[in-house]
Amino acid sequence: MAEVTLAVDGTAVTVPGGSTILDACRALGNDQPTLCYLDNLTPVNVCRVCVVEVEGNRTLVPSCSRPAEEGMEVATDSDRVRHSRKMVYEFLASSVELDLVDEETVAWMDRYGCDPDRYGLPTDPSGDRDRRKAGHHRIGPGTEAETVHQPVKVDNELYVRDYSRCILCYKCVEACGEDAQNTFAIAVAGRGFDARISTEFDTGLTDSACVFCGNCIGVCPTGALMFRSEYELRQAGMWEEDGQTVTRTICSYCGVGCNLDLHVQDNRIVKVTSPMDHSVTSGHLCIKGRFGYEYVQELGDLAVTPIDEILRRARIDDRGRRRPPKSRA
Amino acid sequence: MFGVGGGTCSYEEIETTDVILLWGSNAREAHPIFFHHLMKGVRNGAKLYAIDPRRTTSAMWADVWLGLEVGSDIALANTLAREIIASGLHHEEFIRHSTEGFEAYAESVEPWTLQRGAEITGLPPEVIGRMAHDYATAEQAQICWTLGITEHHNATDNVLALIDLALLTGHVGRYGSGLVPIRGQNNVQGGGDMGALPNRLPGFQEIEDPVSRGKFEALWGRPVPDTAGKHLSLMLEAMEHGEITALYVIGENPAQSEARSDHARHLLRGLEFMVVQDLFMTRTAELADVVFPAAAGWAETDGTVTSSERRVQRVRKALDPPGEARDDLHIISALAERMGRGWGYPTAEEVWDELRSLSPNHAGMSYRRLAEAGGLQWPCYDEDHPGTLFLHGELWDDPLPRDPAPFFPTPWAPPVDELSEEYPIRLTTGRRLDSYNTGVQSGGYSSPLRTAVAVEVAPADGAALGVAEGDLVRVVSRRGSVEAPVMVDRSLRPGLAFMAVHDPDEVDVNLLTIDAWDPKSGTAEFKATAVRIEPLQEDVEQRSGVRSVANYPA
Repeated sequence: MAEVTLAVDGTAVTVPGGSTILDACRALGNDQPTLCYLDNLTPVNVCRVCVVEVEGNRTLVPSCSRPAEEGMEVATDSDRVRHSRKMVYEFLASSVELDLVDEETVAWMDRYGCDPDRYGLPTDPSGDRDRRKAGHHRIGPGTEAETVHQPVKVDNELYVRDYSRCILCYKCVEACGEDAQNTFAIAVAGRGFDARISTEFDTGLTDSACVFCGNCIGVCPTGALMFRSEYELRQAGMWEEDGQTVTRTICSYCGVGCNLDLHVQDNRIVKVTSPMDHSVTSGHLCIKGRFGYEYVQELGDLAVTPIDEILRRARIDDRGRRRPPKSRA
Repeated sequence: MFGVGGGTCSYEEIETTDVILLWGSNAREAHPIFFHHLMKGVRNGAKLYAIDPRRTTSAMWADVWLGLEVGSDIALANTLAREIIASGLHHEEFIRHSTEGFEAYAESVEPWTLQRGAEITGLPPEVIGRMAHDYATAEQAQICWTLGITEHHNATDNVLALIDLALLTGHVGRYGSGLVPIRGQNNVQGGGDMGALPNRLPGFQEIEDPVSRGKFEALWGRPVPDTAGKHLSLMLEAMEHGEITALYVIGENPAQSEARSDHARHLLRGLEFMVVQDLFMTRTAELADVVFPAAAGWAETDGTVTSSERRVQRVRKALDPPGEARDDLHIISALAERMGRGWGYPTAEEVWDELRSLSPNHAGMSYRRLAEAGGLQWPCYDEDHPGTLFLHGELWDDPLPRDPAPFFPTPWAPPVDELSEEYPIRLTTGRRLDSYNTGVQSGGYSSPLRTAVAVEVAPADGAALGVAEGDLVRVVSRRGSVEAPVMVDRSLRPGLAFMAVHDPDEVDVNLLTIDAWDPKSGTAEFKATAVRIEPLQEDVEQRSGVRSVANYPA
């Protein structure tokens, strides 16, 4: 496709045909905030934090998916754009726990002077979000902030789902579905403010179609989906990201050659990710690659590092059984 | 056939190809991330044919599932070839320019009419015909396979039959078209590349070729044996005849992974001396005189492995190994020192750089480049070479810069373990998504997907036996028997049973399998066992002490 030339905040930029406005911004080093966008997923245009103003367009447009066109004039920092982005961030931050969100998002929220507290104190948490049907939601008095709070779902030994942190960016749904795994274990249930990510009929993961590839964890931007090991360490106040090393290696199982980034704390693997920009995996793994590492650190009852006892907690399944370890020579 | 053992394509090519023959592979479970690439191809409009006796989770994504009889692959390939030639869809120009032996090949497949192929494979003739036409007329097409092709007594012929199809249609040596064996272990490609084959030195250089050998002898200052060694099946034979009396086993569990495993254990027990180097006290290690505790290559040491797209990638040390476990490289170097032939203690990178000086395919792959590029695909001849996306492009060059690629006529032969009235059920074995081989590695983590090893049978067979899901049965082959619960699986046709191989401590499937092996590759016929299934009048909780019958004492 032919190249197109457009102007971003008054600066001309030429990009290959088919590029998005976001691509054009990034080509200029003028990055835009995103939440629901990832290079390896199809844009779903739900978060609206990447919106920009395009001359001649009535509404703001999502820069992550709107194709760049010849002669387009784009404004990324107009009053309208700043105001819109600020509102989106405030709505999310007033209703969702965002304390594990990435540093870039925090920086953007600071830049726009976001003040989520102005919507009032959070309402009393209610645990019934999974039961709600269309029409259940009632408009509140406007003096307190409705939240998406619900209890953490711990129903298997590999990962937990804490939907109090979920901004409904759909990335997990995309990674579970057509964009990578093609398993379709999760989707969005409910309508409006009651919308939430759910398995079919809200069954536990072990009764769902889930194949535990963990690709949903890999794309989650808010920590709503988390390795059980990370969850247990955080609960115990022993998750120390600053003290962790991240080492790139290759999975020990089949011959596809997936790149693994091993996150190691106290000589124990506590999390596994894969680089989004590598041609083999595009960031996605299977259950063996993401969770099958225990055999190199299952040392029976010999706890030699401070976190062994906590990690052992993560290996108790939903029926309260602890799997007996294999002995290592 | 082509002189080197490697898949011809890169994974990215399957995303834009037009026709995919997924043959004897349940990639969705055994190679899930390759299947992601394949699914992109399907989403982009590729037509997927799944050729597998079982309607696997991979086959469920296919446009057409061909549930052929176990071991009838060559019959199907020859029938496809005959139909392609009879319809004038073979690539005459490519055949004339780039191949040899076409006439003899065409003659060999001539008897394989659609009707005969249908009789042997059990497939509808029109479906075979449609696949032949789709494959031959596609702009780009790939044949992908795994152990469903290679775990047979005629494994090499199975592979040659697929290669013949690619030569017949010109589906090799072009972007998007090729032959794609997906490797079962993270470095089975690299092991072969590095000379862990009985007849090769590193870089696929023939051990019996004095020029190749000379390079290694000059650098090492030692003579290199001038005859090919033995592959695993021949080693087991040599143990039986007392020709091999000592064994050094590195990272392998033959006491459980070999077909007719009780016989393999009997042979291992009869050795005068066995050393086992492993992460775990495996069943093989329990039989050893000396055990070297080894570090886990992928997480506790530095080095390289090579994937199914010939991509050499770095493994890196992320953890300190436990206890006295040491890097394989250190153990081997220490052993050499004790034997009086010490070469010091080189780093993995130093060993790699020596390999690069001896193997032209790897010459350009410095550690620095491997890190920067996220791996490089061989051949990569020098430090300016970008690596190679697909192999055999030179077959399309004019004039042809190499010997023409030969057709190999492949006669069909049924599985060795014949079905009979006494053994009427065909048992095949394989992997599940969450587990791996004998479970030494994958048994270490808690998988919510894991179920007890069962014998999976077709609903009709379950009904005929009068057994329900969970009932205990005895599975009997000509070599041994095991007890296992029944699982009814609608993906199986009547007469076909399946067992996963992952928990031999619980159910030793390989007591049943036959050790008939392919004379060219040494691979045993794990995929085709004749069995009968006997209901037992007890449930799992109450079962008696005797659970498996072997011909050799445990």
